[in-house]
Amino acid sequence: MGSIWEYANPVKFNHTAGKVLPWVSIGATATLVIGLIWGFFFTPDDYRQGSTVKIIYLHVPAALMAINVWFMMLVTSLIWLIRRHHVSALAAKAAAPVGVIMTVIALITGAIWGQPMWGTWWAWDPRLTSFLILFLFYLGYIALWEAIDNPDTAADLTAVLCIVGSVFAVLSRYAVNFWNQGLHQGASLSLDKEENVADVFSTPLYICIAGFILLFIALVFLRTRTEIQKRRTKALIARERLG
Amino acid sequence: MIALLIRDLKLAFRAGGGFGLGLAFFLIVTVLVPFGVGPESALLARIAPGILWLGALLACLLSLDRILALDWEDGSLDLLATSPLPLEGVVSVKALAHWLTTGLPLTLAAPFLGLLLSLPTQGYAWLVVSLALGTPALSVIGTFGAALTVGIKRGGLLLSLLVLPLYVPTLIFGAELARRGAEGLATTTPLLMLAGISFGVIALLPFASALVLRVNLR
Amino acid sequence: MTLKVQDLTITRGGIPVLEGLNFALEPGRALILRGPNGVGKTTLLRTIAGLQPPLSGTVDCPSESFAYAAHSDGLKAMLTVSENLNYWAQVFGQKDINRAVSTFNLDALVDRMAGTLSAGQKRRLGLARLLVTGRPIWVLDEPTVSLDTASVALFADAVRAHLKTGGSALMATHIDLGLEEADVLDVGPFRAKADTVAAGGFDEGFL
Repeated sequence: MGSIWEYANPVKFNHTAGKVLPWVSIGATATLVIGLIWGFFFTPDDYRQGSTVKIIYLHVPAALMAINVWFMMLVTSLIWLIRRHHVSALAAKAAAPVGVIMTVIALITGAIWGQPMWGTWWAWDPRLTSFLILFLFYLGYIALWEAIDNPDTAADLTAVLCIVGSVFAVLSRYAVNFWNQGLHQGASLSLDKEENVADVFSTPLYICIAGFILLFIALVFLRTRTEIQKRRTKALIARERLG
Repeated sequence: MIALLIRDLKLAFRAGGGFGLGLAFFLIVTVLVPFGVGPESALLARIAPGILWLGALLACLLSLDRILALDWEDGSLDLLATSPLPLEGVVSVKALAHWLTTGLPLTLAAPFLGLLLSLPTQGYAWLVVSLALGTPALSVIGTFGAALTVGIKRGGLLLSLLVLPLYVPTLIFGAELARRGAEGLATTTPLLMLAGISFGVIALLPFASALVLRVNLR
Repeated sequence: MTLKVQDLTITRGGIPVLEGLNFALEPGRALILRGPNGVGKTTLLRTIAGLQPPLSGTVDCPSESFAYAAHSDGLKAMLTVSENLNYWAQVFGQKDINRAVSTFNLDALVDRMAGTLSAGQKRRLGLARLLVTGRPIWVLDEPTVSLDTASVALFADAVRAHLKTGGSALMATHIDLGLEEADVLDVGPFRAKADTVAAGGFDEGFL
């Protein structure tokens, strides 16, 4: 077991990811199936929110992932800019569409939950608004990757965009908070608050969160592998042409 | 540096389009708003600060792709990159020239357009202050977007997609400052936040812009 | 100021095009690069001018000593000839544009908008820009494109004068300028070999 940077070698990464991928996929499927079935069918209805509360098993993990995926992209972008490991840049590229889907799931489940609870599909609540802005950041990031042909240039530019975007995303979060005090309930999970989600709800929620994380890892491994294969194909064609 | 600024200003004047177009766009947006929401002056007065801020922001956005794209096409950027001027300085001067030809005229024109939207009397000063403080940030952020997309053909739409989310904090604090000013509320917090954002991006973002410009030139 | 290039390998779009380049350019000398289209002459000149990093090897000369001129002249159509030259002179910290104007026979054109010039006149203006940079090493990419015979002679004289004052010039061109100070370097033999491409390209790790 050497240093973690060994996996910066695309071939090595591909090899290892290929071996790990089936297990992560099985793990993700199992945890998600268990977590969601437990959450949807084997928890009591909430005394205030009724059965609608059960959407947290999709909403909360998706929302968590939406932010954490961006954070992971920020870290891999920094690694690319500093150490120039191609796998890192490709992992960021691979993660972005997953992140955008997570954001959309969080927004849609939020709307479905908000309708019976707040009586409206959409409110310009700070958290909702922040997620909408995060969604726009994801779109811009993906569009920039798509628009540039040279992969190294694209990796550099998107990495800088990701870093600058992160700063502005945090700024936007504060700005939006200041702009409108919301009706969103506080964090569903935290260690120090009284009104935490009750234990009967929280265990399946933790399982679902674990499932989403595993799902994300599986998808990123799969997509990064695809990106690496694409680059490999291009490199082989380039070599072929030069004879 | 000064030579570059003077040249950019001269070009903006002579090529037309620079000021004129942004201002005309600002005017048209403002004129169209009452057609959209109705002529009731109480309503217009309430939304005037926000509309004027949004109009100024969009007018700014219109001319962003000209900041660097023209110099890219005729090869000036390559030559500037090999000149003694640091690229950080070049992008700062470009942003300044953009502000002088877009942000400043918009700021000065805003009070007159405020009249059209029955902006309350106490709102004018704050409107001008908020635009004067906020539009430099719009130009600097826009220059970053222009540097990101300079090598892309028909990058204009992508430029808007990248820049608009970055404009969110500036827009929120700028419009909030103008609104609070118009309604006679406390203005200190948004004023400080807006100033903070402006000075922050002016100080830091040129480094990111120069970095991506170097990548694009390579 | 001697330009020394050692073991230079350069890439275009991430793929090595030329490798193992070694040459030196002494003050007072000119070096003309030859080679078929697409071999990487432009890339080489851009690398030397400091616009893009080499894959390996060194360009031993500070990038402040180069005056770079490429296919596009960096002229503004809405500025006059003298305004264009004055602008570049100021950017490079110089004052005098008269020598540049007279060397390239632009006296009659100084007040014309650059946009109204013919292609050859524009090119002459673009080359006159070199004289207002005050830099010793000229790095020129196809400088004679769209010049007529008389203008090529003007340009050759300008290069000769530049070499006399201790400057040097590195240029990619197919036209014989009749410069006795010029050496010719054919870059064709330095074309990157397949194994360099495999080992040195950015995608090497992917193979």
